[in-house]
Amino acid sequence: MMFLVKGLKINKEKIIINIFLIVSVTTILILLGIFLFLFFTGIKTFNEISFKEIFFGTDWNPTAYGEPSWGILSLLVGTLIVTLGALIFAIPLGIASSIYLAEIASPKTREFLKPTIEMIAGIPSVVLGLIGIFFLSPLIAGLFGLSNGLNGLIASFIVGIMILPTIISVSEDVLISLPKEFNEASLALGATKWQTIKMTLIPAALSGIGGAIMLGLGRAVGETMAVLMVAGNSRGMPTSILDPVRPITANIAIEIKEVVSGSLHYEALFLLGLILFVITFCVNVISEIIINKQTKKYKW
Amino acid sequence: MVKEKTKEKFYFNIFRICMLFTIFILGFILLYVIINGYKVINFRFLTTMWNHQDITQGGIFPAIFGSILLGIGISIISIPIGICTAIYISEYAKENYFTNMVKISIRNLAGVPSVVYGLFGLAFFVFLLNLGTSLIAASLTLGCMTLPWIITSSEESIKSVPNSFREASIALGATKWQTIKKVVVPSSLGGMLTGSILGISRAVGETAPIIMVGATFYISYLPTSPTDKFMALPYHLFILATQHSSPDAKAYALGTALVLISLTFIMNLGIFIIRYKLRKKKEW
Repeated sequence: MMFLVKGLKINKEKIIINIFLIVSVTTILILLGIFLFLFFTGIKTFNEISFKEIFFGTDWNPTAYGEPSWGILSLLVGTLIVTLGALIFAIPLGIASSIYLAEIASPKTREFLKPTIEMIAGIPSVVLGLIGIFFLSPLIAGLFGLSNGLNGLIASFIVGIMILPTIISVSEDVLISLPKEFNEASLALGATKWQTIKMTLIPAALSGIGGAIMLGLGRAVGETMAVLMVAGNSRGMPTSILDPVRPITANIAIEIKEVVSGSLHYEALFLLGLILFVITFCVNVISEIIINKQTKKYKW
Repeated sequence: MVKEKTKEKFYFNIFRICMLFTIFILGFILLYVIINGYKVINFRFLTTMWNHQDITQGGIFPAIFGSILLGIGISIISIPIGICTAIYISEYAKENYFTNMVKISIRNLAGVPSVVYGLFGLAFFVFLLNLGTSLIAASLTLGCMTLPWIITSSEESIKSVPNSFREASIALGATKWQTIKKVVVPSSLGGMLTGSILGISRAVGETAPIIMVGATFYISYLPTSPTDKFMALPYHLFILATQHSSPDAKAYALGTALVLISLTFIMNLGIFIIRYKLRKKKEW
């Protein structure tokens, strides 16, 4: 009898393990599914349009009567402008904030500040878009004497705000995880706290902070809603940061509602999605490698 | 030395100002939405159906209702899968190729842009599975997106359960599953729930995917089946802000934003209460 009960138990255990295992496969399937759908739908675009026309054409106008054009260069430049602009704004502010948080703030202040920064990540991107449209855009238009204040500059600023929490919390983690001995040794040698931060901690954490920036970059490339609302969405090739731009994400969101499933335009939008997926995938893998190396470097 | 001290003060103040500026941005956004949005919020605005002709005469109840239904749909799909995966990875999985694949997938899923999830949902759930643009398609799409967040936070919560708990249970003759069911899960449930709610509150505020797979700006009825289209708060305020010609649209967009933020805030308050209650119980 005892034997039987034990046998049943082990059986049950095995079944449960297998259920958990099967459920865990879901994540792999989703990632694979996303890639395969994008790849096999997007790749069909090349049946009708040449590689050269897509990647070297500057004119994106798939719905034009007569001769539609499929150049994605101006969209790519739009993404580039918004992403770089966002980084220029978010890197100094984010790193300075993370240094304050990790090294200067008292534990009590930190306990208050950390959830506050998490709250920024919790603001839906449409709400940030609203602020861009109703507050920043008239401000910028007045400041630079533009007729329309929706442009790459505002989009950069708004996306910068969105990636701030990522940069701050990852860099702060990196700084906190440095061995205490670094700090103590430097202070014991008579260095001030600032000298310690500047000459010991920042150099030691540099690659990890780089990883944090890469993670922020990945998020900036993929941001859709706020960009859709404030970037101006003009399809023309932007010549300055004050021009309206249409990044890849915004373009997909604008046009996907109006295309017929299976049409060439539909396939081309999936190709844009594939490009986006590949960019963010690479950026994320690189940042992960950097951050992993950083955390392993000082473990003993 | 004195010079170094003044230098230090100077730089520390710069860092402090940067931090304050970050906090200021958050405060400014919240205040802007509250000050400009609260005027339109009243009982009618929250409880009546949307009036397409005159937006001042209608309410946003269907959008609130749709967003809540969406939140429930996402929870049903992503919480069980997320928690099971987290338990598998942290309790059962051995260091092997398969486990690594799962871990890599989770981290990369977290980095996939939301608009790409939208494309996937459109191709797979809407067209291939023939669910149409519907509540269920939107829940599935956003469920996929929320999954990595839920897994990551649940994993952390399970890891924070001290090993001595597991050892004590095993030593008493419990099997691994009994240990998980009676010791590990109860001790980490609070953390898993808070992580899940946080993820779902973020997913409910997401707009780009639901534009593609199910949300609509105006329907005259409340969704009653999973295959119905639905209205949602973030999409509603997006249309009000960008495509509505009424002069009142701005105030109503900000009012809707205030409702959306409040909804998130209420969910976060729930998290805070759960955390507080559990912290009292925890003694390790």
